[in-house]
Amino acid sequence: MQQAIVTLDAIRLDGHGHRVLDGVSLRLRARRTLILGPNGAGKSVLLRVMHGLLAPSAGEVRWEPVADSMPGRAAPVAALRAPRLAMVFQRPVMLRRSVLDNVAYGMMVNGMAPAAQATARDMLGRVGLAHLEQRPARVLSGGEQQRVALARAWALNPDVLLLDEPTASLDPHGIRAIEAIISEIAASGTAIVMVTHHRGVAKRLAEDIVFMHQGRVAEQTRAAQFFIQPQSQAGQDYLKGDLE
Amino acid sequence: MSWILASLADALSLALSLDPKLVSIVVLTLKVCVTAACISVLLGATIGACVAVGKFPGRSTLIVLLNAAMGMPPVVAGLVVYLLLSRAGPLGAFGILFTPGAMVIAQVLLITPIVAALSRQIIEDAWREYEEQLTSLGVSRMRAAPTLLWDTRFSLVTVGLAGLGRAMSEVGAVMIVGGNIDGVTRVITTAIALETSKGDLPLALALGVVLLSVVLLLNCGAHLLREWSVRRYG
Ligand SMILES: Nc1ncnc2c1ncn2[C@@H]1O[C@H](COP(=O)(O)OP(=O)(O)OP(=O)(O)O)[C@@H](O)[C@H]1O
Ligand SMILES: [Mg+2]
Repeated sequence: MQQAIVTLDAIRLDGHGHRVLDGVSLRLRARRTLILGPNGAGKSVLLRVMHGLLAPSAGEVRWEPVADSMPGRAAPVAALRAPRLAMVFQRPVMLRRSVLDNVAYGMMVNGMAPAAQATARDMLGRVGLAHLEQRPARVLSGGEQQRVALARAWALNPDVLLLDEPTASLDPHGIRAIEAIISEIAASGTAIVMVTHHRGVAKRLAEDIVFMHQGRVAEQTRAAQFFIQPQSQAGQDYLKGDLE
Repeated sequence: MSWILASLADALSLALSLDPKLVSIVVLTLKVCVTAACISVLLGATIGACVAVGKFPGRSTLIVLLNAAMGMPPVVAGLVVYLLLSRAGPLGAFGILFTPGAMVIAQVLLITPIVAALSRQIIEDAWREYEEQLTSLGVSRMRAAPTLLWDTRFSLVTVGLAGLGRAMSEVGAVMIVGGNIDGVTRVITTAIALETSKGDLPLALALGVVLLSVVLLLNCGAHLLREWSVRRYG
């Protein structure tokens, strides 16, 4: 059994007179968890609560500490620290500056200034945007902005990366490109928690599936299992296309 | 009717011949107003940014006060600075009443609230757009302030130009604290007021034409800058 990455305990969130999250309890263990569910199920809100951007009305989020692997320092006992989180939003915000400076910005404010420019360049190369580094970020296309946002988050070397529909509004080629980048990020040791409406993407990337419906977790299933036989009625309806 | 046209013709020839008296008035006006506008932008944008991202008791009251101070009557600003700088006043020892320095102070008092209130609005809108993204990147509220100032830089320059326009066209405050002394504290607006009352309409009109042109130029500049920045940076 893999060790837990994060535990959510009876999370409730009330907003604008209705219950947005209704007793969400989850333990994520997989390195790549995909969150599926119809519009308005509470997926984006759940990511925000996990990230600490939204305080739940009740319940708590517990991130498991990770071993602090400082390169070049051999600690007799691995020091533990809270995991570093990064997030790519459904609609990423680009700062009014160049693509390169957008990626470097995250590192600058996190005390990684000396290597920021060089790392940012490296990251832009990895997401295939090296040729756009001097462009003002806000004039890029939606797909290009998604890739800048991925590079910016990845550059922080996070332990966990939260992704909210990073492939929304992309063409099939763009989807494949983002997917490849996410696989690479996962391979570099970062745990992925990702929301998507693209079933193909979920099938190819997921280890575990969390299926959300009406503010609750309808099921949490191994991906291989989910796409053959979901455990919940809502999950079955969703796969049949009856639930959108 | 013809005397107006005649005055206008005289005014234009004065303006185009770069009459030394007229030029010295225009130069002093620009010196005083540009200095005041620069100081006000530094002060006002800083205040605006702090109020925009800050969370402190009395914040709403401060915003209301700032917005109200935008409409402060220039003569009142002038009166306050006059009281502060007059011989018996708390800052009387500096002896700067009836100098360009006093005029700069009065205008800073007048324009800073305008810059602060407008930039507060601009920066708060930007903060609303950026807040989640910046928080996610680990940026604290106070660290966000310089980022927001930089990202709204073009709008803030426009605000600064609006402040400059206000300073240039203002007459009450500089009249009170400057005294409209020929060759020392006489600026375009106070000169127009004086020359009109003396009946020297060509000079008054010439100054009026210059003032209008400068204000028009400022607005053109602000407009072009905005257009360019939107095209360039989105
Ligand atoms: N900050 C918030 N506070 C309270 N309620 C919110 C907040 N943000 C969104 N909601 C509400 O929560 C519900 C779920 O929204 P959410 O954005 O999580 O849906 P979603 O599952 O991500 O849907 P989609 O697939 O359309 O992105 C919506 O009804 C929305 O109005
Ligand atoms: Mg969503």
